[in-house]
Amino acid sequence: MQTKPISSAPAQTTIEVAVNGEQHSLTVEPRLLLVHMLRESLGLTGTHIGCDTSSCGACTVLLDGKSVKSCTILAVQADGREVTTIEGIGTSRSLHPMQEAFWAEHGLQCGYCTTGMIMASVDLITRNPDPSDEQIREGLGGNVCRCTGYHNIVRAVKAAAKAVKK
Amino acid sequence: MAFTTMVGARIRRREDPRLITGRATYTDDFKTIGTLYACFVRSPYGHAKIRAIDTSGAKDHPNVVAVYTSDDLSKDGVKGLPCAHKLPELNVPPHPALADGEVRYVGEPVAVVVADDPYAARDAAELVEITYDELPVVVDPLKALDGKVLVHPGFGTNVAFRLPIAAGDVEGAFKSADVIIKQRFVNQRLAPVPVETRAVLAQWNPGEEILTLTTSTQIPHLLRTQLAVALGLPENHIRVIAPEVGGGFGAKLNVYSEEIACGWIAMQLNRPVKFTETRSECFTAMIHGRDQIDDVEVAVKNDGTILGLRLRVVANLGAYFQLLTPVIPTLTLLMAPGCYAIKNIATECIGVFTNTMATDAYRGAGRPEATYLIERTLDLIACKLGLDPVEVRRRNFIKADQFPHTTAMGLTYDSGKYEATMDQALKSADYAGLRKEQTQARRAGRLIGIGLSTYVEVCGMGPSAAMPAAGWDSATVRVEPTGAVTVLTGVSPHGQGEETTFAQIVADELGVPIEQITVVHGDTDKVQYGVGTFGSRGTAVGGAALKLAIDVIKEKAMKIAAHQWEASPADVEYRDGKIMVKGDPSKAMTTAETGFLAFMGDKLPPGLEPGLDATRRFEPPNFVYPFGTHICVVEIDPQTGSTKIVRYLATDDCGKVINPMIVDGQVHGGLAQGIAQALFEEVVYDEDGQLLTGTLLDYAVPRAAHLPNFELDHTVTPTDVNPLGVKGVGEAGTIGSTPAVVNAVMDALAPFGITHIDMPLKPEKVWNAIQQAGGL
Repeated sequence: MQTKPISSAPAQTTIEVAVNGEQHSLTVEPRLLLVHMLRESLGLTGTHIGCDTSSCGACTVLLDGKSVKSCTILAVQADGREVTTIEGIGTSRSLHPMQEAFWAEHGLQCGYCTTGMIMASVDLITRNPDPSDEQIREGLGGNVCRCTGYHNIVRAVKAAAKAVKK
Repeated sequence: MAFTTMVGARIRRREDPRLITGRATYTDDFKTIGTLYACFVRSPYGHAKIRAIDTSGAKDHPNVVAVYTSDDLSKDGVKGLPCAHKLPELNVPPHPALADGEVRYVGEPVAVVVADDPYAARDAAELVEITYDELPVVVDPLKALDGKVLVHPGFGTNVAFRLPIAAGDVEGAFKSADVIIKQRFVNQRLAPVPVETRAVLAQWNPGEEILTLTTSTQIPHLLRTQLAVALGLPENHIRVIAPEVGGGFGAKLNVYSEEIACGWIAMQLNRPVKFTETRSECFTAMIHGRDQIDDVEVAVKNDGTILGLRLRVVANLGAYFQLLTPVIPTLTLLMAPGCYAIKNIATECIGVFTNTMATDAYRGAGRPEATYLIERTLDLIACKLGLDPVEVRRRNFIKADQFPHTTAMGLTYDSGKYEATMDQALKSADYAGLRKEQTQARRAGRLIGIGLSTYVEVCGMGPSAAMPAAGWDSATVRVEPTGAVTVLTGVSPHGQGEETTFAQIVADELGVPIEQITVVHGDTDKVQYGVGTFGSRGTAVGGAALKLAIDVIKEKAMKIAAHQWEASPADVEYRDGKIMVKGDPSKAMTTAETGFLAFMGDKLPPGLEPGLDATRRFEPPNFVYPFGTHICVVEIDPQTGSTKIVRYLATDDCGKVINPMIVDGQVHGGLAQGIAQALFEEVVYDEDGQLLTGTLLDYAVPRAAHLPNFELDHTVTPTDVNPLGVKGVGEAGTIGSTPAVVNAVMDALAPFGITHIDMPLKPEKVWNAIQQAGGL
């Protein structure tokens, strides 16, 4: 069966979205994924793609403060909302406590899942400021890490929760 | 500043700030003006003739720049994919980058669509019309042995090779045995699943005629060489960059169709071409691991002593060879005796073609299969003879005073203290206490199991004479005029942390603050030729080369310092990170100061050339053989058959440790992948060759809640194989853990008389086994 090429004359729509505190007005294809908007339109490549199907969590960002998988959200769904990516929570000179904890506890190796894992963890300790090991393991169920065996990620999230409470 | 010792310290990784802030650049993060996007059209069939390919619909798409098929590549003389091996006899099938007339596995690339937009490339890929005539399919390697369906009819067989290795008097051993135990072990196919899929960015500079391939690879230099061969370019007109790489696990120790095709397309179109793999493509067209059927027969005495071993390995190689496909299962033969003194052994490896993706190196690569079959066999012996698995191991270990030890398979294990390490692990786990708890739990109707694995593995790959291609590696150390030290390493770390560990080594040896040290890797234009990161070789081979280069620097720095003091070089030494006159603490010079003098050039001893840098290569005289004991405690829910790991304890010996934090991390990750094979993961093709496990919903990569906290411990038995005394640690966790988990589950099921279930030990399988054994 021949499918009609959608992008030959793609419909465009304009959205207003705040990303890491900065307001953007963007004209996008309705089918553009939020992750591609972040990576391609805004150059925020700290958000990674691992599966396209919301299984791996590498693309996790915060939408209005709650963690979402940006590979299965359309950019148009972010219209009028606030997105926070890994670039928005800290820099190497001024790390977010979660970034600091991942570093201190060796909660990463290749680093590819890490940015999504950190964003999911930030959301996790917002919802549960004092999580147990089990709650951390369950809470990160949407994020795959292939390098660390999760052991040090659990320690990192615990350490960050403790640091934030202080 | 007081001199601090970096080696052995748990210091934070220097690569992390860019990774945790999202400022690292993986291949897909690179932006170039005018980039085109490649989308590969792949075979939907396990085996079929290609009758016709109509690319006109795709070419008419307004965003499409070009569509290519195999004909376009072959007309231009593009060669197929390489395979490195030293097998005496091997049927090597042609492996074109795009299928040529016939497809032999689902996911095989047939055509490639190039468009100016990634979404449009995918749209247009669906417009390529390919007419296939389906052919019979064979996916089961045992069925493939009968040759009724041939993957490559030209060979007249599906057998790619048969490799027998035998030693001693096996017939005699079996004749004199008290007991003979036979077992078939299926070592299921696995998918490597790096979280970053494959990605390639090819750029052609038409003025300089230079091709730059940025790609997610573990072997930038080997890839450059193979691209030169495939594309017919002078090798010095190709630059390969491995930027940040999001996990490899052996799967990126390869040369892929997409890398060759993208390189060629960039040259044709004179524009940058990017390919970013989807997760489904990654499952179908990135190499798989394992997939062996191992038939074991063991002859034992009543006291548990092993007299002889027979082993037949049927290895499912897939449809084509990737870089090391036929070599991997031969490692299983070599390591089949494990850490036991087995003198009489007869083995055969049969490599078989099927209509599946190629198998190749996946974390452990041939050794997990060996460890699994021998460690399971030890437990079967214990079970049969009513002995404790610990006791059977004790009776068969190669003893600590027997090293170096040449095995029946011809490998020389450099060092080992198997029994002492096992005893330390037993003590840490309170093995006797665990057995008591188990007895009580069984009385209460609970299914608790305790499993051991006492593994040895071969790594630090390796002596060139014993490798399919080169096994050495390289390092350059350059003291810059300001005293900053630049290290160029030939290995290509992608998560292993050598930017940190190598800097730790340099900091200690040259007395340079670690902030002044930079480790450069993964760019063939910056770094001298190197072999890459795989086979737990980064520090054991690349680090050893670094040590050799440092030694050259130190020798020259001492000559320069001695000259300033009008002393003999023999009278100066490095002490606490500084150059000093022996027995005279009043005179001291830093490496940085000698570096400045070396750069200025006017105060050097006569005849000494300016500059302070050195490049050295390390050719390992042998492999290294890390070992250890893993103890796993499981509880099985009899209602559901699900297994919970209650405790996991690993006592590993990887020789000298540079950074314990990083070593622990390597073990953690290894354990996760080994446990995953035991309990969760399995690549499944149906009879038609359709991949049933093509998504992360169908292929069960463990999540955090599926794994326990790990208890780690180490013994340190250094090696003299390399100047650092290190062994590899990247794969040990994977190799050791799989049998420990399966042994624990079988131990839990022992009251039912169940002795073996093939992996993965999914709840359904365990529950069914319990039901078939009469239930609770």
